[in-house]
Amino acid sequence: MSDTLSKLEKRTAYTLVLPAVLLVFAIVLFPIFANVWISFKDIELKDIRIPEPRAKKIVKSIPENQSELKIIYKLRNSSLIQEIRNVQFQDKFPKDISPINLDSRCNLQSRKVICNFGNWEAKYRENFEIIIRNNNSEIIDKKTIKSQKPILSGKSDNPLLSTNFTLENFKKVFYENNFIELLLTTFYFTFFGTVGAIIFGILAAQLVNQNIQGRTYMRGILLFPYVGPVVALAYTWTLLLDPNSGTLNALLVNFNIIEKPINLLGQKYITMSILGFEFKLRLALTTVIFFEIWRYFPLAFLFILARLQAIPQSLYEAADVDGASPIQKFIHITLPQITAIISILFMIRFIWNFNKFEDIFLLTGGASGTRTLPINVYQQGFAVSDIGMGSAVSIVIVMLLISFMVIYFRLIGKRANEI
Amino acid sequence: MKYKSLVVFLIVSSFFLTCILSIWKIMSTLQGLSFTNLNVTQVFSICILISLAFVLIGNKLNHLIKIFSLSFIFSILYFYLNETSPYWYTFGAFLITLFFMNKLKKYSMESLKEDFISEKIIFDFITLFGVVFFAFVILFPFYIMLVTSFKTQIALLVNPLDFSLDFSKSLTELFKSYFVIFDTYNFGRYILISSAVSVGTVIVTLLFAIPAAYAVARLNFFGKNFLSTSILIIYMFPAIVLVIPLYTVFSQLGLRNSIFGLLIVYTATTLPVAIYMLQGYFKSIPKEIEDAGIMDGQNWFGIILKIIIPLSLPAIASVALYVFMIAWNEFLFSLMFLDSPKSFTLSRAIQYLSGDAETPRQYLMAGSVIVTLPVLFIFIYFEKYLVSGLTSGSVKG
Repeated sequence: MSDTLSKLEKRTAYTLVLPAVLLVFAIVLFPIFANVWISFKDIELKDIRIPEPRAKKIVKSIPENQSELKIIYKLRNSSLIQEIRNVQFQDKFPKDISPINLDSRCNLQSRKVICNFGNWEAKYRENFEIIIRNNNSEIIDKKTIKSQKPILSGKSDNPLLSTNFTLENFKKVFYENNFIELLLTTFYFTFFGTVGAIIFGILAAQLVNQNIQGRTYMRGILLFPYVGPVVALAYTWTLLLDPNSGTLNALLVNFNIIEKPINLLGQKYITMSILGFEFKLRLALTTVIFFEIWRYFPLAFLFILARLQAIPQSLYEAADVDGASPIQKFIHITLPQITAIISILFMIRFIWNFNKFEDIFLLTGGASGTRTLPINVYQQGFAVSDIGMGSAVSIVIVMLLISFMVIYFRLIGKRANEI
Repeated sequence: MKYKSLVVFLIVSSFFLTCILSIWKIMSTLQGLSFTNLNVTQVFSICILISLAFVLIGNKLNHLIKIFSLSFIFSILYFYLNETSPYWYTFGAFLITLFFMNKLKKYSMESLKEDFISEKIIFDFITLFGVVFFAFVILFPFYIMLVTSFKTQIALLVNPLDFSLDFSKSLTELFKSYFVIFDTYNFGRYILISSAVSVGTVIVTLLFAIPAAYAVARLNFFGKNFLSTSILIIYMFPAIVLVIPLYTVFSQLGLRNSIFGLLIVYTATTLPVAIYMLQGYFKSIPKEIEDAGIMDGQNWFGIILKIIIPLSLPAIASVALYVFMIAWNEFLFSLMFLDSPKSFTLSRAIQYLSGDAETPRQYLMAGSVIVTLPVLFIFIYFEKYLVSGLTSGSVKG
């Protein structure tokens, strides 16, 4: 009895779960594996369009003979690089109308003209003509003839499914395009973006956790950058930072803080001198990191605030009795209570920042030293239109992600359950 | 000791008052006032004098009288410092000083003798300044976005610092950018498409996620643990690595430039987090209620429909809102899959608009306001649900 019940339960469970699992498999897991396949192929954006045989039908009247019409089919292979094999052509004619000069490749079967055009090489073009005649010698209506569209079919190779593989893409990823710099940029961006967001998150959480007036409003306002659409926010920032007429530069020049406007998003390096030491700062990258911090510190803030509000007040009261200073209280009470959530946040934000595409793409498009791995996927795949290369970079990203996750579960996976 | 604390107090309080006054000056400059100097050193020295007077007077005067008179003196000095300024500007400075001094209520020569007073002073002022700082840093870009959409290209070029609004203009003049983007750039259509895609995603996601979450929360089956951990791991995988294979497959299937294709992708990418959030809530529903349903002869469909869904409406609402916001804000897939202006979503349309360097920026900002307003309204209105949803495991972004 219980056995059948548990069987029923299992069957129910699978029916409930299956639709969701299948969808996620098709859209999320399948592409990850498909990436592996594509990354070993020499394939470009133009290759993925399946070649089609096409025909444009033009109907012309013959002046001497009203009961006859000339039809020209402009045939072509839509692909510039691939041949189509065994092209079949079919067109239908109204009753009493039949073609008179049928090509040897064609035959007439119950009002249908069926042709076998054989193989078309790439860029193939042909003007195929038929003259039709009305058997009752009446005038043929051009429109009815024109409205009937010919049907074409043919076979062609899908370069995605062929089995010739190459290692060229990975070679290019690692040895061309300055892979080390790409990796370093990605890590700078990820690391400083994450750390900055967490530091500002702690500050903001500490702030809102005090008994200040209007703290629910403050919490709401602080989350604005996180919930706002990235497109709108990125363009607003571009406008703010624009060197020619941006508000920030105009303000700084107006108050004589700088002499000339600085192109914050378009300049790769800026030379700064602090205490006599000169060093070069990655300017555009720093700006993008600041945008990143601005947009994502609210999330860190939210999590840390939730944790701060759970710290028992008695701990602070006891510290007051012992005569602890505010800094001591922060270091010895608050910090230990929030290290767990911070380590989880760090890992999660690290992974997400590592994958960040939209923000950089919209701010700089990957120019002036802000090219990270995800930007590179886009550039290789769609700007250079080398799909195989793009996939190879994706694979590199996936590999790095998997190793981050392994480290994460080794280091703090256990602690994650404690919260 | 006392004098060290006094010096710390003077410096710190003057520093923060100077900062807040500088922000006030910057904001006023954006209203068209022509300041060219922040006068930091002068303001700072006046602040030191005023703060010194504040602690020296201590409790000898009524607090209200004290802060009013000190702020008044300060405003007069400040007025002479910025002679060209209009009266409202000085009045603003007066209010700021008043507010600031009100916050200093507990400080006097006596209180400066307390333990750790310098640290406390610094903490206090950081809190006070932090509110102003964070509010300013966060709201400033939104403010610029909104105001730019009401300006004209010429006005912005003549004085890029003048963000004052001319309310004497007629409403049609003021909202001109909005009319233009609706008339010539078809934003009405894009709003419809974006809404359709987002609402569609919410509905389909819930249809798939509720049964799945119920199974994960309640039923025993082989692979359940594997499923619930893989949900989160899958969620960690970024959209950018899915883009190329999906692009190729969708191109060949003719799903690019179709709202349906976008809907499938959005649903699949939001499903893991929806399931994760929902199953957490379903687990908290007492099992006895369901047992009663089973006694009544309900099958699983009846249980989900008649017991689980009515009981977990708040959680479902928060998931729905969250999914709506993800779908509404989504950019990467709409960039990749939509080429034809006929099927653009709002985000994609704005990006397309910016691709043309000739597009005046106020149109761009008007579009940005249109895409931002719905999410901000939803967020403010349903903040409680959304915040609980955000903290319960959804960390995407």
